[in-house]
Amino acid sequence: MSSVLELAGVSKSFGGLKVIDDVSFAVKRGSRTALIGPNGAGKSTLFNLISGVYPLDAGRIVALGTDITDMAVSRRIGHGIARSFQNIRLMPHLSTLENLMLGEHHRASPWALARGARATANARAVLAQADLDTYPGQVVADLPYGIQKRIEVARAIMARPSILLLDEPAAGLNSSETAELRRMLERLSESGITLLVVEHDMPFVRTLCDHVVVLNFGRKIFEGTPEEVHRDPGVLEAYLGPAAEIPAGVAHAA
Amino acid sequence: MSGYLAGLLAVLAINIIVAYSVFVPAAAGLLNLGAAGFVLVGAYGAGAMTTLFGVPLWLALVLGSFLAGTVAFLISFPILRTRGIYMVLATFAFAEVVAGVLLNIPALGGAAGLSVMAYAGLPLVVPVALCVIGFVAWLMSTRFGLSVRAIHDDENVAHLFGVNLRSTQVAAMTIGGAIGGIGGALLVHQFNFIDVQSTGVLFSIYVLLYVLMGGTQTVWGPLFGAVFFTLAPEGLRKLSELDPALKFLESSRYMTFGIAVVLLMMWRPQGVITRTMIERLAGSRKPVAADAGSAA
Repeated sequence: MSSVLELAGVSKSFGGLKVIDDVSFAVKRGSRTALIGPNGAGKSTLFNLISGVYPLDAGRIVALGTDITDMAVSRRIGHGIARSFQNIRLMPHLSTLENLMLGEHHRASPWALARGARATANARAVLAQADLDTYPGQVVADLPYGIQKRIEVARAIMARPSILLLDEPAAGLNSSETAELRRMLERLSESGITLLVVEHDMPFVRTLCDHVVVLNFGRKIFEGTPEEVHRDPGVLEAYLGPAAEIPAGVAHAA
Repeated sequence: MSGYLAGLLAVLAINIIVAYSVFVPAAAGLLNLGAAGFVLVGAYGAGAMTTLFGVPLWLALVLGSFLAGTVAFLISFPILRTRGIYMVLATFAFAEVVAGVLLNIPALGGAAGLSVMAYAGLPLVVPVALCVIGFVAWLMSTRFGLSVRAIHDDENVAHLFGVNLRSTQVAAMTIGGAIGGIGGALLVHQFNFIDVQSTGVLFSIYVLLYVLMGGTQTVWGPLFGAVFFTLAPEGLRKLSELDPALKFLESSRYMTFGIAVVLLMMWRPQGVITRTMIERLAGSRKPVAADAGSAA
């Protein structure tokens, strides 16, 4: 499997604080990679560096064969990189459909109508696939948290990305919503989209992801399969705790 | 139709046009306290065309709008380098500069103002106002309108989803300026006169109030704001003529107006007309099921 995303020697400081320190890893095409680590490890900062919110201090990022280190933020979505956010950042005064249509903004004519059956067809199709078609015309600020969280993922899907960055997609969701989200992400993965997921919910990570990168204090401390991560003494000490250790020979539940 | 009613309707139509000139950038989160500047550029530009060069009125309207739009385009670049209250002050300063320049051009009447011969009248003012409403409604229903509203809500996320912030904001400022120019061109030809004193900062404040009090979430907000704030003082004045006991309403109508503004700001800081209100009125709002999702 070839890599769709490669980070090489990526570093970022805010003032005197080095939040990302010489991080390198590759995300393979079609994989489901988790980025885990304790709070403050630099996971969301790394997402912000990949999506262009912050410029890099050092290193380079290659996505789909192109060096995107200096690529303009607004062009990255067209290059196939879409993301969701740790704290919901939908457009509160736009409807569900309009929020989704923003996801395909980069490939639409600015003077095309944003209303009507034809203009909203793609958004309605994605809403239906994500089982979110109950409130298409409703302003999203009035919708429950769990639905908003899934709308945010659906908005990123609208961009038809090759790489989807999901920042704590399961945070705040109840167990049935988490299961629904996992099914949705599995379907996306099967359709060929590469997933890079920041998540603290380890059962979710174990059942969804096939590869895990662990950060601590801005440095990569380990990467491997979910089982390997659960057996690594460094990861257990820095993040998971000894109770999370999986004895050798026990496979993860798919 | 009485002269009073015709005059009131003309003022209302022009106020609606100017309100939309402030609404378009406001919908993108850009507050403009310089509406008077664009109105003056359009008014003096179109007035000079008809008076000094004998240009037909319809063409003067187009040229006045183009001139104001061009000025808006050019000043949008330095203005968009500012944020929040500094942007409000920058647009205010722009209007003051325009007033200062016009005051010092003798060919345009200077402090005495500019008198024009051509007369617009209701048959021109009202259809143009309706066209402006229709144009802005169409504009806000396009992908451009969607990106404008997305910038208003969260410009960083809009940028991440491919919205070009600078070009969208410049376009919003330019379109707003051009609409303000139309308002100015109609204003000078409706009253056959304009001067910078009567189209000053108070004018800009009123227009901004129409938009903020009416609401920036929908295209109907500025329409409501302009209609309410144009007709309410006149309504109070008419009411005071009905009964001597209500005479105090005439002298206190501006105080009543001020109290209404403060109450509106307290009651509905987001403006009177909101998306949610339109959804409720249209009956398209669905109750959210109790088990629809977890709480935040």
